[in-house]
Amino acid sequence: MKNPKKAYVYKGFERFWHWNQSLLIFLLALTGFEIHSSYTFFGFETAVDIHNKAAWGFIILIVFAIFWHFTTGEWRQYIPTTKNLQAQVEFYLFGIFRKAPHPTKKTLISKLNPLQRIVYLGLKILIIPVMVVSGLIYMFYRYPQGDEIAITNIESLEIIAVIHTFGAFVVLAFVIVHLYLITTGHTITSNLKAMITGWEDLEEEDEVDEKKDDVESTNQKS
Amino acid sequence: MKKFTTAITFFLAVIAPLIIVTVALRQPKEDQRMLDNLREKYLVEHQSGVDHSKMEILQQDFKNPHEITAACLSCHTERGHELLQSAHFKWEREEYIPGRGITYIGKKNLLNNFCTGVQSNEGSCMKCHAGFGWDDKDFDFENPYNIDCIVCHDNTGTYLKASGGAGYPVMGETGPDFKAILGSMGLPKSENCGSCHFSGGGGNNVKHGDLEIALLTAGRDVDVHMGVDGMNMSCVNCHTAENHKMKGRYYGISSTDKDRMSCEECHTAFPHQKSILNEHSIKVACQTCHIPVYAKVNATKMYWDWSTATRKKDGKGYEELDEDGNQLYTSIKGDFVWEKNVVPEYTWFNGTADHHLMTDKVDTTQAFLKINTLFGKYSDPKSKIIPMKVHRGRQPYDTENLTVIQTKLWDKETGKGALWLDLEWERAIEEGMAYVGMPYSGKHDFIDTEMYLPVNHMVSPKSEVVSCKECHTRENGRLAALTDFYMPGRDRNELLDFAGQMLLILSFIGVMVHSFIRILAARKRRKSIQTL
Repeated sequence: MKNPKKAYVYKGFERFWHWNQSLLIFLLALTGFEIHSSYTFFGFETAVDIHNKAAWGFIILIVFAIFWHFTTGEWRQYIPTTKNLQAQVEFYLFGIFRKAPHPTKKTLISKLNPLQRIVYLGLKILIIPVMVVSGLIYMFYRYPQGDEIAITNIESLEIIAVIHTFGAFVVLAFVIVHLYLITTGHTITSNLKAMITGWEDLEEEDEVDEKKDDVESTNQKS
Repeated sequence: MKKFTTAITFFLAVIAPLIIVTVALRQPKEDQRMLDNLREKYLVEHQSGVDHSKMEILQQDFKNPHEITAACLSCHTERGHELLQSAHFKWEREEYIPGRGITYIGKKNLLNNFCTGVQSNEGSCMKCHAGFGWDDKDFDFENPYNIDCIVCHDNTGTYLKASGGAGYPVMGETGPDFKAILGSMGLPKSENCGSCHFSGGGGNNVKHGDLEIALLTAGRDVDVHMGVDGMNMSCVNCHTAENHKMKGRYYGISSTDKDRMSCEECHTAFPHQKSILNEHSIKVACQTCHIPVYAKVNATKMYWDWSTATRKKDGKGYEELDEDGNQLYTSIKGDFVWEKNVVPEYTWFNGTADHHLMTDKVDTTQAFLKINTLFGKYSDPKSKIIPMKVHRGRQPYDTENLTVIQTKLWDKETGKGALWLDLEWERAIEEGMAYVGMPYSGKHDFIDTEMYLPVNHMVSPKSEVVSCKECHTRENGRLAALTDFYMPGRDRNELLDFAGQMLLILSFIGVMVHSFIRILAARKRRKSIQTL
């Protein structure tokens, strides 16, 4: 890396959000697949208890995270871009083995590479909403009962359960790949350290043109 | 400043998640107020306003039981009319059955899966009729003096109806002290109800499995309500009556969702602290989780094969007993299977039922004949999953007319065709069918039958309740037979599970291969640097 400079990349809330989210997803997956009868760990009843409470924790965390993203303007980090997309894919497929430089430069206003942007955006606007909505229906659905009016009546839980399970597999697959990609920073542990302490060595932004490009492309998309 | 940031980071990354986990694992405290209120209510013992031993009219030497009833009704002037309308006396109700319309059915004329039916056997069966003298079709159901008040209201426990006496008690020299009996008259005790309801089907716990004589002496472990070491409640605490119309239905003979007893009446529909358990009550009856097994003390009859009856040893009928004294075979009734601590079978039930009437045709293409049918299904908002005893059997039927046969089992004397006395099928069938006015072709065979008896008693203590996992499990759960709905933990979409597992495995393999190549490449680079 040329001219490494320590930068405060992940703010306090961001790290709080990230680590609590990781813990909650871990708990939700662990208990969720127990409810799915994939294994026995806590016992069914405890698993359901934890799953429901962790779900509420997750929802509260999401509300705060949404607020944070919009008030800080950090949501712009997730605007998808095709710039460098192919280069990024080629980096993971070939360049990484040659110790080639990262094709996307990490800067404070563009922390994510184009692949991360697409994947995280997909999680935020597709997978997590699907999990939250199907999860809430799972919690609040009512079987039709007599004459009582209930807008949450559903005839069968099956479709909800299948969607929820599908989402769970996708999230788990993401976690596996995500955990591995932590090690693909400048050093094996630099990404992990950054998410714990907030500080990371970033390349000095000496090439003014490129920086300008980044800002422009971000602004255009917004 | 740096220290402050570290402290904040530590709090956010370590302490906050710990708080979340702690909150997630917290269990709510149990709310005991409702149960305490109920305990208070049912601990108050009923105080009778009348001491019947002070009643002059009851001091006479009664010659026959009809006179006793007349004495009762001279004060309780309107009770006679109530009783004449009651199911305990009529053994019949007006019921609406979908597909049949209004029917008049009850123990009086229905088939069952035990002694097959009372008709032509009244002299014996009516030992359990709340009346005197019903020994044939000519019994007068309009005469209030035919009512037996004592069998339900005797509080001495000494009253006894004669065997084969058509409901008449043992009186005179060999009989009990009627002055004491009549002086004790009061609210029915569990012994009164049990004198018939414990021995349905011809012996203790034969029929129901959850109603038996041990309930009078057993503890809370057998029945939380009636346990003598607990609330020690009596039958009528729950099965209340208004004008002698009892609450509670038995769907071996009942058909409509009327006057049913329910746990909710005392415990409300939302008795649990955990809402997720309360939500179960929309589709699952209380009994389903709270009666994990029935026949907890004495065994109950699960199978009755009539086809092997009438075998003889040395020209005589005989019986074989198991080590507990239960009959395994008897010449007059056939083969039996008994079971103890039985796990119920489960079905959807909405409070309505149908019955195989004597005139209904037998469908021999079916694997078995349903003596009664409990209606209900998942998609029916009124249906709940209930536990039931399924009593299986083999009963005689007319292979030409395709009707189930009413057999004459009992008579006062031999030679009148009664199966239990003469041990001969043909004559018993002819007599029985003639009595009910049905044709008999002369050809009979035996058909497999099932009868469904909802299990409502022997509610277990909380510690014994059915656990989540006993139903929410992939294989052989308690509800494995109810397949018309999706249950978490039991059901899954196999294609989705397969695809999901493949996704996870491929992700993992991808990650491993990638990291392996990275390690190899790094090693190669180091080597090439060294060689330079």
